Amino acid sequence: MPESPRYPIAIVRRLKPPAPARVGGRVVERREDGVRVRDVSGELFVAGPGAALGAWVVAEGTWNGERLEGRCRLLNAPRVPYPRPDGDAAWFADGRLERLRERAAMKQAVRDFFAQRAFLEVETPAMVPSPGLDLHLDAFEVQPGALGDGPRWLITSPEYQMKRVLAGGAARIVQIARCFRDGERGRHHEPEFTMVEWYRAFAGSAEVMRDTEQLVAHVARGTREGSTVIPARGTPVDVAPPWERLTVAEALERYAGKTLAALLPDEERFFRVWIEEVEPQLGRGRPVFVTHWPASMASLARLDPRDPSVADRFEAYVDGLELCNGFGELVDPVEQRDRLERDQRAREEAGKPAYPIDERFLGALEEGLPPCGGNALGFDRLVMLVLGAAHIEDVLALPSRRL
Amino acid sequence: MADTTDIKKGFKMLIDGQPYAVVDHQFVKPGKGQAFIRTKLKNMMTGAVIDRTFKSGEKLEKADTEERTMQYLYPEGDMYVFMDNETYEQMRISKDVLAENTYYLLDNMNIDVMLFEGKPIGVTPPTFVELEVVETEPGFKGDTSGNTTKPATLTTGLQVNVPLFVNQGDMLKIDTRTGEYVERVKV
Repeated sequence: MPESPRYPIAIVRRLKPPAPARVGGRVVERREDGVRVRDVSGELFVAGPGAALGAWVVAEGTWNGERLEGRCRLLNAPRVPYPRPDGDAAWFADGRLERLRERAAMKQAVRDFFAQRAFLEVETPAMVPSPGLDLHLDAFEVQPGALGDGPRWLITSPEYQMKRVLAGGAARIVQIARCFRDGERGRHHEPEFTMVEWYRAFAGSAEVMRDTEQLVAHVARGTREGSTVIPARGTPVDVAPPWERLTVAEALERYAGKTLAALLPDEERFFRVWIEEVEPQLGRGRPVFVTHWPASMASLARLDPRDPSVADRFEAYVDGLELCNGFGELVDPVEQRDRLERDQRAREEAGKPAYPIDERFLGALEEGLPPCGGNALGFDRLVMLVLGAAHIEDVLALPSRRL
Repeated sequence: MADTTDIKKGFKMLIDGQPYAVVDHQFVKPGKGQAFIRTKLKNMMTGAVIDRTFKSGEKLEKADTEERTMQYLYPEGDMYVFMDNETYEQMRISKDVLAENTYYLLDNMNIDVMLFEGKPIGVTPPTFVELEVVETEPGFKGDTSGNTTKPATLTTGLQVNVPLFVNQGDMLKIDTRTGEYVERVKV
C-alpha cells in the first residue's frame, strides 16, 4: 500500500517539528477543526479534513509539535454507530492492549528463564486419549473425526505426554500449554487457560520450588522495572526468593487452629476450612510454599520417602491465590496403575465420566522415568498478580464469556 | 430446584426459612480439591449479611420472592395502604417493613414492594423524591455557597441538613438511598 503509515504515533510525537509524517489509526473523536486519531502506540490530533467516528484512516501532513496539520484518507468506516456498547472496540479500550503487551513480555520472560537453564521447550498434543482421572477435574470431549483415532479429550494438563518425553531421555522440559477444564469459571478460573509446566530429571520438589521462586522473581523484575514487589490482589507482595515454606499441618494450625486429624478423612470438611480460613491468609506480603500434603491428596506425586503419610507435593500461594501445584513425581508404574484404577472407580461412584487409563503413559513409566520433579503454574494468574488485575478476564484478549 | 450454577448477583434463595439475596459470589477450587462457591448473602428481612460456602453443584431452594410495583394510597393507623398496579388489589404494609421509607411516601407515588411468600418484606422507593420544606430557619440572602448547613424538616417529617439559602416552602430533591439533600428544585 503506497499510503501505508510510516511511523507509530508515539514516534511521530517525538519528531522534531516541523516534520512530514504519515500515521495510521482510528478516529476516536471528532472536533470542528479536525479529529483525534489513535493507534496502538498513542494518539494525536489531525487538524484538517477528517473522517467518521470509528473510521480507520491514514493521516498525512506536517507534525508541528502539537498536532498534525494535514488530512485524513478514509480506509474503512464502521457500519454501525461507533463504539458499540458491547462491541470489541469498547472491550479493548479499557487498557486491555497495554495489559496484553505486558502479558506477552511476561511470556517471553518465562521462555528466557527456562532457555537460560537449558530447558527444552516442547509442544505436546492438546487432544489426548485420556485427560487424567483426577476426581475433581472434568474434561471436554472432542467430537470424533474422520481418522478413526478413538475417543479424544482436550488436556486438563500436559502431564502424561510430558512425562513420556522425559522417559524419552529429555532431562529438562518446559511447555506453555493451553489447558481445558469444564465447569470452571470465575475470578481466577477460565475453562480454557494457559499453564506453564516444567519437569526436571534428577531432582525433587525442593529443586522445583527453587525454580518456581526464581521464575516468578524473574518475571516480576522484567515487568516492574527491576522490582520484585508486585501489587498482587491488593496487598503488595515481595516475591524475592527465598519464599517461606510451610507444611499443610502448620498452615492449618496457624490460620485455623485446627489439626489435620480433626478434619480428615472428610475431604469436604478439610477443603471448607482450607478455603474459608487458611487460603485467604497464605502468602501475604511474601509468597509461601505449602508442602507435605496428605497422602490421600497425592495425585501424581510420589509419597514422601521419609513419611508415607504425606505426599511429596507443594503448592505456592501469593496473596491468598494458589499459583501452582508441583510434585516430586511418582515414577513407580505399579503404584501409578493402582492410583489410576482407584481414581477411575471414584469417578464412577461420583457419577462422572470415567476416562480411560492412558496405557502409553503407564508404558513410559514401565520403561522407566528418571526420578524427577515437576510443576504446573497458572500463567494467567501469574499475569494477574504481577499486574494487580482483579479478574482473570482482565488479562485475556477474549475470555470464554465473550465468544 | 435450583443449584449453584444459578448463583449470580441478586439470586434469591431460601435458607432456614428466610429469603437471602446473593450480594457477591466467587468460584473457588483448591488445586486438587472439589469446587465451591463462596458467597455473601443478604437476609432480605433483616438486612444482615452472612458468608456461606456451597459445594459446586449443591441444590438450592429458590426463595419465593417477587417484586411488584404498587401505588401508595393513604395511611391507616400503623399501616400504610398500597394498590398493586397490575391487579388493583390493595395491600397493607406495616411501619416496621417500611422503616425509614415512610419519609418518602407521597400520595399516588409508585414504589417497588418486595414480597416473600406473598407477604411484603421491604420496599424500594424511587432513588430521588421531591419534598417540601415545612420548617427551617429563614435563609440568608446571598449565601449560595452551600458550605454551611442548617437543619430542615420536610412535609413527611424527614429531617435533613440543607444549605443556608433554603427557605420554608422550597421543594428539595432528596436521595432516598442516603436520606440526604441533593438540590433545591425550581418550581
